[in-house]
Amino acid sequence: MTTTIDSLRTANGQPVAVAEVPVVPYEVFAETLSTLTASPSVELSALFGMPGGSQSLRVIAATSNASTGAIDLFAMDVGDRYPSLTRQVAKAHWFERELAEQWGVVPEDHPWLKPIRFHRSYREGHDAWNRSVGDQILPSVQPLGTDYFKVQGNQIHEVAVGPVHAGVIEPGHFRFQCHGEVVFTLEIELGFQHRGIERRLVGGPDKRTLHYMETLSGDTSIGHATAYCQAVEALAGAAAPLRSQAIRVIALELERLANHTGDIGALAGDVGYLPTLSFCGRIRGDYLNATALICGSRFGRGLVRPGGTAFDIDDAMAAELQKRITGAYRDVTGAANLLWSSASVMARFENTGIVPLDMVRQLGVIGMAGRASGSDRDARRDFPSGYYRFAQLPISTWHTGDAFARAYVRHLEVQRSCEYLLESLQQLPRGDSRRDIGPMKGDSIVVSIVEGWRGEICHVAITDHDGAFAHYKVVDPSFHNWIALAMSLRNQQISDFPLCNKSFNLSYCGHDL
Amino acid sequence: MLNIINERIKQGYRTIPFPDGEMPKLPERYRGLPVIDSKKCPEGCAKCVDACPTDAITMDGDMKIDLGRCLFCTDCMDACPEGAIEYTQDFRLATRTREGLVTDGRAFELAHSIDEKSRKIFGRSLQLRQVSAGGCNACEADINVLGTLVFDLGRFGVKIVASPRHADGLIVTGPVTQNMKLALEKTYAATPSPKFVIAVGACAISGGPFVDHDEQNNGVDSILSVDLYIPGCPPHPLTILDGILRLLGRIETNAG
Repeated sequence: MTTTIDSLRTANGQPVAVAEVPVVPYEVFAETLSTLTASPSVELSALFGMPGGSQSLRVIAATSNASTGAIDLFAMDVGDRYPSLTRQVAKAHWFERELAEQWGVVPEDHPWLKPIRFHRSYREGHDAWNRSVGDQILPSVQPLGTDYFKVQGNQIHEVAVGPVHAGVIEPGHFRFQCHGEVVFTLEIELGFQHRGIERRLVGGPDKRTLHYMETLSGDTSIGHATAYCQAVEALAGAAAPLRSQAIRVIALELERLANHTGDIGALAGDVGYLPTLSFCGRIRGDYLNATALICGSRFGRGLVRPGGTAFDIDDAMAAELQKRITGAYRDVTGAANLLWSSASVMARFENTGIVPLDMVRQLGVIGMAGRASGSDRDARRDFPSGYYRFAQLPISTWHTGDAFARAYVRHLEVQRSCEYLLESLQQLPRGDSRRDIGPMKGDSIVVSIVEGWRGEICHVAITDHDGAFAHYKVVDPSFHNWIALAMSLRNQQISDFPLCNKSFNLSYCGHDL
Repeated sequence: MLNIINERIKQGYRTIPFPDGEMPKLPERYRGLPVIDSKKCPEGCAKCVDACPTDAITMDGDMKIDLGRCLFCTDCMDACPEGAIEYTQDFRLATRTREGLVTDGRAFELAHSIDEKSRKIFGRSLQLRQVSAGGCNACEADINVLGTLVFDLGRFGVKIVASPRHADGLIVTGPVTQNMKLALEKTYAATPSPKFVIAVGACAISGGPFVDHDEQNNGVDSILSVDLYIPGCPPHPLTILDGILRLLGRIETNAG
């Protein structure tokens, strides 16, 4: 049998004409997707729909190859139904549920076709579950013909948690099927945070666009704003000045440091080890305050702007930042090392919530969580954009895939980021920190990938004839990784759920959009 | 054990004296209470109004900013040709009324205390349940920070508790998405009376960047009556702490 595959090859931040993206028959699309993703270096970065003709939907896929840096784009037109791709490519499962919910198409024979955000279809008269316009859509309330995954039998019981949780945390609904203390399966229902951002991006950019980017997932403001600005700059054919690119990387690494440090502390808290919890809670603030020193906001709001950064770092500030990072680096190292030398902590962390590497590859788990299962993939090295083209940070991996690995990889990344910042602040490139970029090119498509602290953030921007957004797709790393949390709980004690959950610390709003 | 003690000595004592002692110094670029000098506005200019992503600025007579909508971004400042809008370093921003947030930055009335009788009950012990109803995790994160040793919320008798049944009130973030409306109402109903509602952040007060989206409700007070508004995107932890302490009558001085 001959294999027919067809795609347009580009790279991170390299716009191409929309017309050049091959629109192929379903069979070729499926073959291309399964052939490309058969390689362990290739992930499905995005798979989304946009309105095509009157009765058809255009489905566009973007895959990314970590060994070559290649991004492949290909498309197909579908009617109201098409054979599900998930049966061949498991990592398409969540994307296809999103497609079904947003556009009312049915991927036939999808193994678990349910809504992921609980909102009305974007195409009137098209609903994947045959709900009519008058039907109320409530979160976690399953459409007719679907249900929660249930295990039945003697002594089986179900635990339902959320949407409102016991901590200060975003809402989500978790269903555990348990036998005694042991969890057989966990099913995660999201959508409570759905604010309808994606469809408001169409027709932009306008005065709200950047603020949507900064609040897509508030703990990743720099990451998402950078992915957006790189997309816009690529479409305008104007690179941001080198100095601003270096400042963006500084802010992005500070964002990574703050979140990783907070998580190391919270993981300690989840096993009742209070010294590291209280130390890291404060040290996390030191990194946030360093970001506030640069731009006034602890979360980096207002810093990253199309054409550069809104604030510059002068010599005195660079010296002050170095001083602060040196102190925080020492403190976080001391706080984290307490964990690794405490037998009671290690006994809880090790062998808890294991996600093996083959599962990571099959389900498309990415970022820090993937690296903790031995996946050697980091967009900073594999799809370098901005200043990462010049600055190489060593990639941190661990092989055990358990809660320990996810804590330890964070600690390794904290060390790399601190060392990078201390070096980088001594040698910021000279020049301006912002420039005008002009209008975006029409009828183009660009994929913009940035390694946020959780993992790869992928934005796909498509412009119409006039250079406005005809479509804008946001894929937060959490979108890929929620399934990994569910898998990590299998055959675990239910009491280990908080620890497993925190070890991923996924974004609810980044998923719900 | 010795390692832990050794590390504790190295990490040092880090709790800030606030509200006692000198006002904490925030970074120079921190954007606190905005102040408008309408006298600088050229005739017919409305560049700031057009630039504001959430339409927080109004020009009905004198120019005013609705802090409940304000994202404390720089868009209005950047658009203004005359430098009529400036952010001050003042992080004290909480009010008891929604109208109180509409200001030109002068004569801004900060939140006043609950009455004497309520103070007797809650003044030294306030238990709050947090509900994120569409928040982006920035407000949530900076509420969480109050529990760290830097702010040490516990020393004021204020605590975030795990169940609404244990709570004296709700501290709500997010614009109240349609998908969280029922959960918020149920959590409120599960909280015993008398109870407070505190809205934290632009989203919880007005919908923030998502104002007028069909998927949300333009903030908490469309559903529940709010006792304390704490603006910001997100508010600085000190802004939140200052607001809560004012509500409890633990800080009484007004803006200087």
